[in-house]
Amino acid sequence: MAELEVDEKLVADCHKAAAEIADGVDSFISGLTTTSVERTVIRLLGVNGVDADKVPVPNIMVDQLKEAELLNEGAAHCLGKALLAGSYEVEGLARAVARGEAYLPDLIKQCRASREEVTSFVSDLVEAKAGKIKKTRQEREELKKELSTGPRPWLYVIVATGNIYEDVRQARAAARQGADIIAVIRSTAQSLLDYVPYGPTTEGFGGTYATQENFRIMREALDEVGQEVGRYIQLVNYCSGLCMPEIAALGALERLDMMLNDAMYGILFRDINMKRTFIDQYFSRLINAYAGIIINTGEDNYLTTADSLTEAHTVIASQFINQELARRSCLPPELMGLGHAFEIDPALEDGFLLELAQAQLVRQLFPEAPLKYMPPTKYMTGDIFQGHLQDGMFNLASIITGQGIQLLGMLTEAIHTPFIQDRALSLDNARYIFNNCRNLGQELEFKSGGRIQARADEVLKETAEMLAEIGKKGLIPSLEEGIFAGIKRPRTGGKGSDGVLECSRHYYNPFADLFRKELSSQ
Amino acid sequence: MKDSDPDRKSSSFHNSGNWQEKSADVDLKQVRPYGDTLNDGQIQLSFTLPVPPGPEAREAGRTLLDKLGLKEVEVVHSRDLGENFTFLIAYGRCPVSVDFTKIEVARATTTTMSFEEINSFIADKLKRQIRVVGACTGTDAHTVGLDAIMNMKGYAGEYGLERYSGFATWNLGSQVPNERLISKAVEVEADALLVSQVVTQKNVHVKNLTELVELLEAEGIRDEFLLVVGGPRLSHELALELGFDAGFGPGTTPPEVASYLAQKLAEE
Repeated sequence: MAELEVDEKLVADCHKAAAEIADGVDSFISGLTTTSVERTVIRLLGVNGVDADKVPVPNIMVDQLKEAELLNEGAAHCLGKALLAGSYEVEGLARAVARGEAYLPDLIKQCRASREEVTSFVSDLVEAKAGKIKKTRQEREELKKELSTGPRPWLYVIVATGNIYEDVRQARAAARQGADIIAVIRSTAQSLLDYVPYGPTTEGFGGTYATQENFRIMREALDEVGQEVGRYIQLVNYCSGLCMPEIAALGALERLDMMLNDAMYGILFRDINMKRTFIDQYFSRLINAYAGIIINTGEDNYLTTADSLTEAHTVIASQFINQELARRSCLPPELMGLGHAFEIDPALEDGFLLELAQAQLVRQLFPEAPLKYMPPTKYMTGDIFQGHLQDGMFNLASIITGQGIQLLGMLTEAIHTPFIQDRALSLDNARYIFNNCRNLGQELEFKSGGRIQARADEVLKETAEMLAEIGKKGLIPSLEEGIFAGIKRPRTGGKGSDGVLECSRHYYNPFADLFRKELSSQ
Repeated sequence: MKDSDPDRKSSSFHNSGNWQEKSADVDLKQVRPYGDTLNDGQIQLSFTLPVPPGPEAREAGRTLLDKLGLKEVEVVHSRDLGENFTFLIAYGRCPVSVDFTKIEVARATTTTMSFEEINSFIADKLKRQIRVVGACTGTDAHTVGLDAIMNMKGYAGEYGLERYSGFATWNLGSQVPNERLISKAVEVEADALLVSQVVTQKNVHVKNLTELVELLEAEGIRDEFLLVVGGPRLSHELALELGFDAGFGPGTTPPEVASYLAQKLAEE
């Protein structure tokens, strides 16, 4: 395999700075929880459904607890008390709340059990529910063993019709055309909804709502077509935005295989409050880790607004930070789909050499991570013929440098969401180049002191400098100054800050505790 | 090719006079697509039919293009897309023509000036900065077009409005409700509003844009601003139809927008 010379001392400095930065994030969010984390706990305990106005029951419950100033105790403890009051099982309670017949604070008042009794009741419940997630994970592992997942880089395509049943049709066709991974793009602006929509949905804008039922429908369809084509087709959705951990939980229950998950993306590109999303991210990644779901981070987006030549190091700096934050959520490296992109201006002389330098550097810095490589978007013009060629160059860079997850570029990028033939043409493009150049990387060496090596040296040096600076300053002040993607966000601003609350002295999140315990003993 | 190549009749090539005189003239009153010979009318198409692959799918594609009026249709490629879909690539000869002398396109700007020219134009004619508020409105989260026009760095080698001494700018970013755009515009006493709409599905952009105009009209302040919209699905014509002052399509550079704003405001 072609390898760059990498200054190990600089790499060690990067890791050290990233650890310092993550310490800062940890203390920024310690002792806090969010309404979305508590709704997630409620969902994991088995609560589901909506009321007559389509408001999800977990939202109603959390609002009731917050109003009565009980939420700081943790939703698990509250729900445990309400159940021990004796009138309801979990599902019955959910239905009663949906009908407006039960008010949690009243039930909690009726509970006569001691704190220890409640804790032990909750912990039994949690263990049973966690067992379900574990079973789902095993099921995936067995299916992956029985069928293959295809050689890497895996071919990742999106469907985005807005209608889950139309998505199924397109996804099944894509699987037959050779796709390994199907991502269902969410409806625009779902990331800013402070609840998870319910049931199957047939209308969306630029994508389809992420709902538990939509997940289930697509999973079933992909399992079926996977059996026919002899591959395990992996399913992707987004646990980002204001409902990060809730959607992570739904993904865990419905056997999704990958989920986009990146607090910094939310802060920068969706203007979500920092505290809110770092807290949400911590728990959502714990869930992803427990469910064996690969996360995809969003660094590629930096280069869509910032310059891909001068800001290349910001992508890698962010990857170091994301890796460290993920590690603290017990995610093993093989579940870290760190993101980067092929976005250099195609008119630049030797631009491909610079792309190779970046892709190879990232590959070597994070050797165990299934890197998520994103296609050209910024310089796609509507000239579909030129665009198809740019996508081909992107595929070539990927196969030479051994990327993990190849999000295929579409020749109609910048025109419309993919047509069925666009996907097929992209898959043909990638399969042709991957097959034709499968072992090209094994045959090449990067010239010592050559252009590619020099570019990699430069980017790594800038990365180390940037991380040292963020380490000194702290991530939060750095984000306030606009260090990534040229976007500034104040720490107190952004959406969802009203959902951040302080934990009481007795607060506990039994799922987080159990996941952390089991994962760190592995 | 070497000079001594015997197959190359270079002498006749050089001595035959002006090649343009020898080839047929384009009749601008009857323009047809050009493949490799004037007026051959060649058109290349690709599309998918929701039918299983096979000779019937190819014939269905051919028949469809026949019915469109194309002549000598040839389906040159078909591919099974799975799930009973077939992709086809075809050629046909176009039997109709257009009168190029009658074509008219509405354009927002007549003269595009350079960065320096725009700045000095504004300094001379307006003697103040032009105040611009930009936003991707509604649910649209894609700021690439807005950033290309507004950000310091700009697009295609041209600086964005932020870099111009003649402009004061406020880029509100993505997913901005129309109400917020308007209140910001009023607050900073903007001269112009730049609205970007990139990702659209089922014509949601049209709804967003119409709503903005309606809100401005309802508050009686429509005439206080130049209303400009840009995006891949937009043209000047559509913009006018929706009640905007100007529309810019894909590939627009910052000086085009800047020139328009400067000239339009100078006129007033």
